[in-house]
Amino acid sequence: MLSANMVALAYLVASVLIILALKGLSSPESSRRGNTFGMLGLLIAVVVTLQLSSVQNYAWIFASIAVGGLIGGVAARKVPMTHMPQTVAFMHSLVGLAAVLIAVSAFANPVGYGIADAFGKMHVSSRIELFLGAFIGAITFTASLIAFGKLHGSLSGRPVIFAGQHLLNLVLGVIMIGSGIMFCIEPTWTPFLIMLGIAMLLGVLLIIPIGGADMPVIVSMLNSYSGWAAAGIGFTLGNNMLIVAGALVGSSGAILSYIMCKAMNRSLFNVLLGGFGGDAPAAAGGIKEDRPFKSGAAEDAAFLLKNARSVVIVPGYGLAVARAQHALKEVVDILMKQGVQVKFAIHPVAGRMPGHMNVLLAEADVPYDIVHEMDEINPEFADTDVVLVIGANDVTNPSAKTDPTSPIYGMPILDVSKAAHVLIIKRSLSVGYAGLDNDLFYMDKTMMIFSDAKKACESLIQVLD
Amino acid sequence: MCEALPCDVVGQATAHVSQTADPFMMSFSVFILAIFVGYHVVWNVTPALHTPLMSVTNAISSIVIVGAIIASGPLEMNLPTVLGLIAVGLASVNIFGGFMVTQRMLAMFKKRS
Repeated sequence: MLSANMVALAYLVASVLIILALKGLSSPESSRRGNTFGMLGLLIAVVVTLQLSSVQNYAWIFASIAVGGLIGGVAARKVPMTHMPQTVAFMHSLVGLAAVLIAVSAFANPVGYGIADAFGKMHVSSRIELFLGAFIGAITFTASLIAFGKLHGSLSGRPVIFAGQHLLNLVLGVIMIGSGIMFCIEPTWTPFLIMLGIAMLLGVLLIIPIGGADMPVIVSMLNSYSGWAAAGIGFTLGNNMLIVAGALVGSSGAILSYIMCKAMNRSLFNVLLGGFGGDAPAAAGGIKEDRPFKSGAAEDAAFLLKNARSVVIVPGYGLAVARAQHALKEVVDILMKQGVQVKFAIHPVAGRMPGHMNVLLAEADVPYDIVHEMDEINPEFADTDVVLVIGANDVTNPSAKTDPTSPIYGMPILDVSKAAHVLIIKRSLSVGYAGLDNDLFYMDKTMMIFSDAKKACESLIQVLD
Repeated sequence: MCEALPCDVVGQATAHVSQTADPFMMSFSVFILAIFVGYHVVWNVTPALHTPLMSVTNAISSIVIVGAIIASGPLEMNLPTVLGLIAVGLASVNIFGGFMVTQRMLAMFKKRS
């Protein structure tokens, strides 16, 4: 058995390895090594904990690790990349539930955790830590389950709104904190269980009013919560490694939420208030159906693309829905072979979670060095011959810049309209998530190709070849 | 609140603590410093890798497995132990699943050949 100092040292090494895992993600080259560091960190943490003298139950512990590891491993191999958002949401809920179970276990056996005084009673500071860790874990658990259901389509993505919703949440929040305070004064099961029950109910109530379009923010926010829950358990155990890991994850999720909010020009408060995306039909009334537009066939598009020097492709989630990534990659290969410079432009909310579109393109073997972020590529649109928009809509809408009355006014967009020609592959002139008409469709330089994204790419391949 | 004897002992313990700072303050310092480290490290993550960032942070927050192992440590099977074992299983799903799916995604990111 290692001495207490050696254990602390090993935990420190594990913490550093975890920091290096995140640091590795600054570039794709270093990221794979970073991931190995992360695995090593967790391995050290687990092995060192297993050799503690209080841990004797090896058979059962190894069995639990084996069962969990097998399930996780199989899921990791099988899950389609389009399902990453709900997979991540589901994993957040597991962290939340694990944190709750550990908190309940610690409360039932405070002596075993070394958080009790000489009379077997829990320290006051431990009560506060346990309360915080348990309620954040409980909210993360149920909130993530609802987010999973919405993203997976097993629950409707429409916001659920009813009168007095915010008041109800407020009252429940007050009761929850009240029972938490009672628990801290006198640690008994009743306030503890009431607090846990209400926290789980609140997790559900906080997410149901939030619409499908806002889910990237919510997934990021729950990512952050799962980190704070881990840090809470770290405080209970007095374990700095858990506190460091939890704080890293917590701040990571918070930063991602901020980036997503900024990309949609929404405040986090506004997202959490909910209801967005439910009034789309009303806003759609503003469509001017009689505006003239140009439409063309695959041949016309192929002609423009072939004769261009530079092409920028703007993919949206519609591309993934139509499973057109691989066909699009073939189009790109043909164009590049013919000497056309091709780049991809990614809006931060192009997918269903931060960075989702990059993963979907990487899966289709699109090299990452021709895939560019919005801020990088926006200055280049003015020098671009042809922009090809596939499955994207709101993120190209110029009214976000020009029309102060537009609901998306102020949202950063891809400056597609500055290019010489714009090709838009879309099934119809229908509105996007925000329920808005897009002026880009009616510009002189724009040609609409009404087709399913995959079919359009396949006919482009035929014509170009 | 305190019964006959304990008050005195509690009083002594408090006197001792006031001289050396509560262990909580040590943890809290580590917590705040780690948030700063996280802030700077995560802003340097390239936006293209934000999805792997989320899946790997999932695996990392499953470090709560440490707490779960301690909970399930005793040989006697009772409520705390069983809850601990379930938590070990849940955290293992995330650790294996999280790292492996991250690995799978990162392997897809290739440069132009």
